[in-house]
Formats: sequence, C-alpha cells, structure tokens
Amino acid sequence: MASEETKATTFTATKSTKTAKTQDKIATGILTAIVALILIALVAIIAYIVVSGACKLFDIHFLTAKPEQFKAGGGIGPELFNSFYLLILTLLISLPISLGGAIFLTQYAPVGPVTSIAKTAIETLSSLPSIVVGLFGMLIFVLQLGWGFSILSGALALTMFNVPILVRVIEQALETVPRDQRDAALALGLTRWEATTQVLIPAAMPAIVTGVILSAGRVFGEAAALIYTAGQSAPALNWTAPITSQANPLNVFRPAETLAVHIWKINSEGVVPDLSAVSAGTAAVLMVCILAFNIIARIVGKHMGKKMTAE
Amino acid sequence: MSMNQTMAASLVTPAGKSSYAGGEAAIKTVDLTVDYGEKRALKGTSLEFGLGSVTALIGPSGCGKSTFLRCLNLMNREIPNCRIGGEIYYHGTEINQHKIDTFSLRTHVGMVFQQPNPFHKSIYENIAFAPRKHGITKKADLDALVEKSLRQAAIWDEVKDKIYGSAYALSGGQQQRLCIARTLAMNPDVILMDEPCSALDPIATFAIEETIRDLAQQGMCIIIVTHNMEQAMRVSDRTAFFLLGDMIETGETAELFSHPKDQRLDDYLTGRFG
Repeated sequence: MASEETKATTFTATKSTKTAKTQDKIATGILTAIVALILIALVAIIAYIVVSGACKLFDIHFLTAKPEQFKAGGGIGPELFNSFYLLILTLLISLPISLGGAIFLTQYAPVGPVTSIAKTAIETLSSLPSIVVGLFGMLIFVLQLGWGFSILSGALALTMFNVPILVRVIEQALETVPRDQRDAALALGLTRWEATTQVLIPAAMPAIVTGVILSAGRVFGEAAALIYTAGQSAPALNWTAPITSQANPLNVFRPAETLAVHIWKINSEGVVPDLSAVSAGTAAVLMVCILAFNIIARIVGKHMGKKMTAE
Repeated sequence: MSMNQTMAASLVTPAGKSSYAGGEAAIKTVDLTVDYGEKRALKGTSLEFGLGSVTALIGPSGCGKSTFLRCLNLMNREIPNCRIGGEIYYHGTEINQHKIDTFSLRTHVGMVFQQPNPFHKSIYENIAFAPRKHGITKKADLDALVEKSLRQAAIWDEVKDKIYGSAYALSGGQQQRLCIARTLAMNPDVILMDEPCSALDPIATFAIEETIRDLAQQGMCIIIVTHNMEQAMRVSDRTAFFLLGDMIETGETAELFSHPKDQRLDDYLTGRFG
C-alpha cells in the first residue's frame, strides 16, 4: 500500500527528476551543436568548391578540350574521359570478384578460423591507405609486369582498393535479408546457389546497388592509388587512332591522368597561368560527379526497393 | 501409393538402391537424436505419421519439437555443427544418410514457417518460381499449377485479380496461406508446419486451420508444431508431447488431452508450467 501512495504523488517533479531533465536538455543541446557544426563545415566545403569552379562547370570548351602545358585556356576533356573509363573498368573487374567473395563468406564459408581470418583481412584491406595500394600497384603492375603507367595498372590498383569495400557492402546487404527467405527457398528443394542467386540477391539488390554506386564515388575521386599506377599524363585522345596507339581512348596500356590526379598535379607542379581557375574548375566537376553518384544511389535504391516490394 | 513408391525410390541418388519396405506411415522416425555441438537437443524419438492425418507437436519453448520437425526434411543439415542421429524413413526409405538428395526430398516433404515468408516477388512468381526450377517451364502448365495451388490453400478468390502484384501487399494471414500454396505447388505428400499461426490474428488462424483440415482430408500428412493447446485440439488427430528434448507421450489427440498418462503432461495441460 505504501508504494502505491508514493506512486500516486510522483506526478509533481522531485529533485532527481529535475536533474535528469536538465541533463537531457544539455545533452540534446550539445549533440545538436555538434551536428550543426559538422553540417556547416560540409556545406561550406561543397559550396566553396562548386562556387569557385562554377564558371568552368558549364564551359563546354573546358569540359572537352585537352589540357595545356604552358598557356592558359586548357581543358580537362581527357581527364574526364579517363576518370569514367577507369571507373567502369574497375567496376567490371571488382564487381564479380566482390560478389563472389561476399556470397562465399555469407553463404558457403564454414564457421571457423580460416573464415574469420579472411574477414579480418578484408576489414584491414578496406582501411589500407590508398597510397600504399598505389605504391604496391606500381611495384607489381607497373614495374614487375612491365605494363608501365597505364589504365590497366590503375584499374587493378583501384580494384585492390575497391574489392574489400565492395565485399563488405555486399556482405552486409546479403546479411540484412531475413534468414527465413533462404530457409523458404531451401525448403522448396532449391540448392544453395539457386537460393542465393534467385532469392537472396534480388532481395538484397537495392542495398547492393546503393553500395556499389557509393563505392564508385570513392573510386572516382581516388588520387593517391593512381598517381604511380595510371600515371600523371593525359595523351590527347583521338577515336580514329589504332587501338595500339596512345591516343586511342580505349587502349588500356596508355597512361591516363584522372580528374583527381589532375588536381593534385597542377597544384604541385603546374605552370599554366590560369592554374587556380583550372584547379577550381576540375575540383567542381569532380565534386558534382560524386554528388551525382550519391543522389543516383539514393534514387535507384529507393526505386528498386519499391519495385521489389510493391510493384 | 504406387506413385509414392516411385517418388521414394527416386530419392536415393544411386538408382535402384531404395530400401522401400511398404507400410502406411508417410514418415517414421526411429531413435532420432539431434546434437548441436556438444549439446543434445533431442533425445531418441520414435514416431510415425500417417497419410491423411494431422499430428500436433506440443510442449513448452525449447522442448525440441521444432528441432524434431526440422529433421524431417533435413533442414537441420543447413545449421552448422548440427548432427542428426538415428533413422528417418520417408515411405520406407531411410533418408538420414548422405547419399540422399535433400533437394528432391524437400519437394516431397514441404515446410511452412512460423513467420509468413513470401519471396520478394509477385504472388504468381512466389508459386511458379520453385516448380520452374524443378523443370515445369510451360506457361500454361505453370498458370494451371498456380491456380490449383492457390485454390488448394483457399486463397484463390482473394488474390485472383492481383496475382501479378507483390506478395507483400497481402495481409499476414494471406501471406501465410500463400506460403502454404507455394509449398503445395511442389506436390508434396507431407507438410511440416512450424507454428504457422503464431504471428496471425484469430480469424486468419481459423482460415489456416480450415486449410490444414482440408489438406489432411485430401490425403496429406500434416505435422504441425504449436504452442496453442486449443489449436492442437481443434486441428489434430494425434498429438505428441515434448519436454526438455524428450518425447514424453503420444496418442490420439482427444485421448491424450482428456486422459494424460504422464504426470508432466498433466501438469503442462493444467497450466502448472510452460
């Protein structure tokens, strides 16, 4: 009875509930302030980059012309093409590998020391500094295999950088599919492979696609892994050149400077008079591309999610 | 029965090695045990399940009834460190051996899960998907199979206008009946149900129970795990009571509920534990 009486009177605040309320208010205030600070910094960076490069952003000449070595008015045409070409090649190589790895780790790998070592290795690789990946790529692909500074060397270095990230993304996407989906497929007499490819992957597809596009953003903006693998020169491109020529855009054995490497290079050793404008313009183009990747990732993810559940 | 004989024989991968012995039990276990690593989850259990009847497996949580059920289509094989001991006979064929093709077995012994788990596909695809994998590819055959299965699960009238719509637009009870239809499309003669109504409201539960009775009348062998004593009484012909990994008592449902022989079953039924 005594406890019921005290319960009935606790609608009026006691000293301890007042302290708790104040603590709650302070915590909310501090957290809001932290988020606001981060947001302001991020928006400021993006706005600064886009605004300072805005005049170049819609300049067709800048987007298509080849860069100049000594005089003003150069463009970033080859760099823009190289960036996308490297991205596509990298995804073509890394996507099947990552998909296979993630499927193996989530569906087939026996629980045991080997699997957990593999998982730890992948986690370590995904946080490996990209300059290390770049230097490793230079030793192996550029020097050992003799491919020189080339798109192929760059794409493989980017693959090494991208595979661990993709494996983790796809692994997580597959793991979020409820276990009962797999059980249902197995109980209908499907094999594990059929269950994975026909049930799990379609159900995880929105998350996989989102993850792949986001990782594409990271690959697209990568510089350090490419400086010593894809090289720092961008030969002028000519679609009519033979495939073995350095001018042929699709030749994977030609050096290929990307947007991110271009920014690094003109800022460290560039001598063109309009250096800062070219740098700002390139940065803005890079920024807009990556923003576009992120927005596309969201739209595609949402759209696919809708299509999967309520088409 | 002759059809079942050939089905049973086809389960043994090296042809002609069937040890079919005849008899009316669709599924029979002899001294079936399950171990998860070091822990014994099910002690030696011997039960028989006939065609055209519903058997309820009852008992408190963790008593081994679901573990037992998941042996009958060898689903426990999918769990790492799980070992199934003893013998399981499907129409006389011993299936607890490694030469058994689990994938073909599971088309004969279907399973319905606790949570409705339709695939993230259309209603039509939910049903047509697995049969297509097992070799039914003609559109007309699939159409007929989809309709037949949905009718059998008593859901055709509710969904016939939207079979190309998402399965997730259906209510929980409809989803569960879709899952039953999906299982029926494989033309099994045994269906294992693991608390199929525990996530459903009373009306949906009633509809599922009707379906279960219908299927038994059509000659199928239904084995249902349930927490719900009233459900066991309403729907089953026979009941088996499990406790702490041990099958304590089995018999005709009416008899078992009215005159329990074992004191522990009596305690359970009168609500003294569980």
